[in-house]
Amino acid sequence: MPARSMPGSPLEARAALAPSAAMTAADIHRTVVAVWRIEQPRLLTSLSRLLRDVPLAEDLTQEALLAAIEHWPVTGVPEKPSAWLMAIAKRRALDHLRRGQMLARKHEIVARDLEQEQQAMPDWDSALDDDIGDELLRLIFTACHPRLSREARAALALRMICGLTTDEIARAFLLPETTISQRIVRAKRTLSESGLAYETPRGAELSERLASVLEVVYLIFNEGYAAARGGEWLRPQLCNDGLRMGRVLTSIAPQEAEAHGLLALMELNGSRIAARTDKAGDPILLMDQNRGLWDQFQIRRGILALARARELGGAGGFYALQAAIVACHAEAATPEETPWPRIAELYAELATQVRSPVIELNRAVAVGMADGPQAALEIVERLAHEPMLKAYHLLPSVRGDLLQKLGRFEEARTAFEAAAALAGNRREQELLKRRAAELGSAARRCRPDLR
Amino acid sequence: MRFMNIVTSSQPMRGPSPALAEAMHKLADREIKAGRMLDSGGLMPVSMGAQVRITDGKLGVVDGPFVETKEMIGGYAIFELRDKEEAVAAAVEFMQLHKDHMPGWEGTCEVRMFASPEMEDACQVDARIAS
Repeated sequence: MPARSMPGSPLEARAALAPSAAMTAADIHRTVVAVWRIEQPRLLTSLSRLLRDVPLAEDLTQEALLAAIEHWPVTGVPEKPSAWLMAIAKRRALDHLRRGQMLARKHEIVARDLEQEQQAMPDWDSALDDDIGDELLRLIFTACHPRLSREARAALALRMICGLTTDEIARAFLLPETTISQRIVRAKRTLSESGLAYETPRGAELSERLASVLEVVYLIFNEGYAAARGGEWLRPQLCNDGLRMGRVLTSIAPQEAEAHGLLALMELNGSRIAARTDKAGDPILLMDQNRGLWDQFQIRRGILALARARELGGAGGFYALQAAIVACHAEAATPEETPWPRIAELYAELATQVRSPVIELNRAVAVGMADGPQAALEIVERLAHEPMLKAYHLLPSVRGDLLQKLGRFEEARTAFEAAAALAGNRREQELLKRRAAELGSAARRCRPDLR
Repeated sequence: MRFMNIVTSSQPMRGPSPALAEAMHKLADREIKAGRMLDSGGLMPVSMGAQVRITDGKLGVVDGPFVETKEMIGGYAIFELRDKEEAVAAAVEFMQLHKDHMPGWEGTCEVRMFASPEMEDACQVDARIAS
């Protein structure tokens, strides 16, 4: 296959003056992966359709990447990378089917078709689907099957929909590569052994299955947005992966209101990423953020997605309601313009849908801004014995904030200290400790007997 | 990372051939469904536009066509991608379509990264070098 000319690319440089000092192996590797990643969804959906076996199709897609990593640095990127990758994958598919114990009738038929194709010197490119929408949707429903654990669904979705390698997923979740690779192997085995139907669910099943997909997408986004462990407040790449899946879903399943609602929520939350931390990486609270750093392009996309969710009758959806709350913030030019009564209303509506003490806690914050700290503290005190919030650092943190506003500094300090002890993120811990320390001195100023 | 890929050409502006138009449409559809492309658009010929310039401290509005302009921007696409290599790969694929479906056409697809707060430092380095 003729090498494609790529002016200025690492691959061309490598071919022309190998080994060039300027081009590291990592540059070349990234270039190969970048080309593969363009083809990956189409490759995977076409192979899945052909083989009726998603786990095998996924293996072959990865094998095609390994082959490209081996060959392209030497040969250059082929002019039709999709055809090259498909040819490799199909050849490997035949090997697998011939060698494997998989002598089920289905595989015999597939193997025979593939052999005939090989003999007929086919145009590999024509085997690739042009419109991958329906196939991609089937794939997403398979990767996010409720039979799989949430963690397994997240790993599979990142790999199959976003084309992440096992190593990239491991780094994103701060886990050893072996853990992720085992998770993926096990999930694929579950998919193979359970004989789960590879199809888009219909009717009543659809909404239940879609909820399972949206849950995973939101999990991935949130993992990036508020990394629960470790020193980094943000791992924005996971946010982008979640956003990307949201965009995929809304473009291939455009009638699903909640998919638009979730995309709106992610776009609107994502718009604040640049404003959420200072130069030292310390978190900046919403009300203190520089709104000039909020991404207006992303806010517009979020507002549009929210409007779409509403047009489809989904204004009261779980994600759409949360997006509506974030939209209230996004559209306020200054913190003072935040429509707190409206936000408190939206939380109340959300609370009628989902009985969650976390939502109630958030409602308390909005009520505090709308009606004053005393009204909010009453809600918070009712949550004090919620088992679900026992280890949730934001409960004492919100309580501390309200107590501080009521001038009850000593109680506020104790609350912030309790919050700091519960916070899992080091930076958040430091912020809470600092607030406790500031209150310590405020309390001493007000109460000389504590000196 | 967000990128804008901008197509420019010094050739007299003409629309894409039907084959190229169809290929570009397919590509855009695929990239949108893959959640990679955020926006794209083609621009009408510069003769239909205008330029607002500041020269010698004076502000002026000039209607097209502009004889002195060499490179015309024909269109753009905005992507959200992991790295520059992905943006370059997208540009290569896009230009390959032109090569396949509109022989004789010459032009450039420029890959530009959006500025972001994290990039501020990098720009300051540029400014220091320039000054």
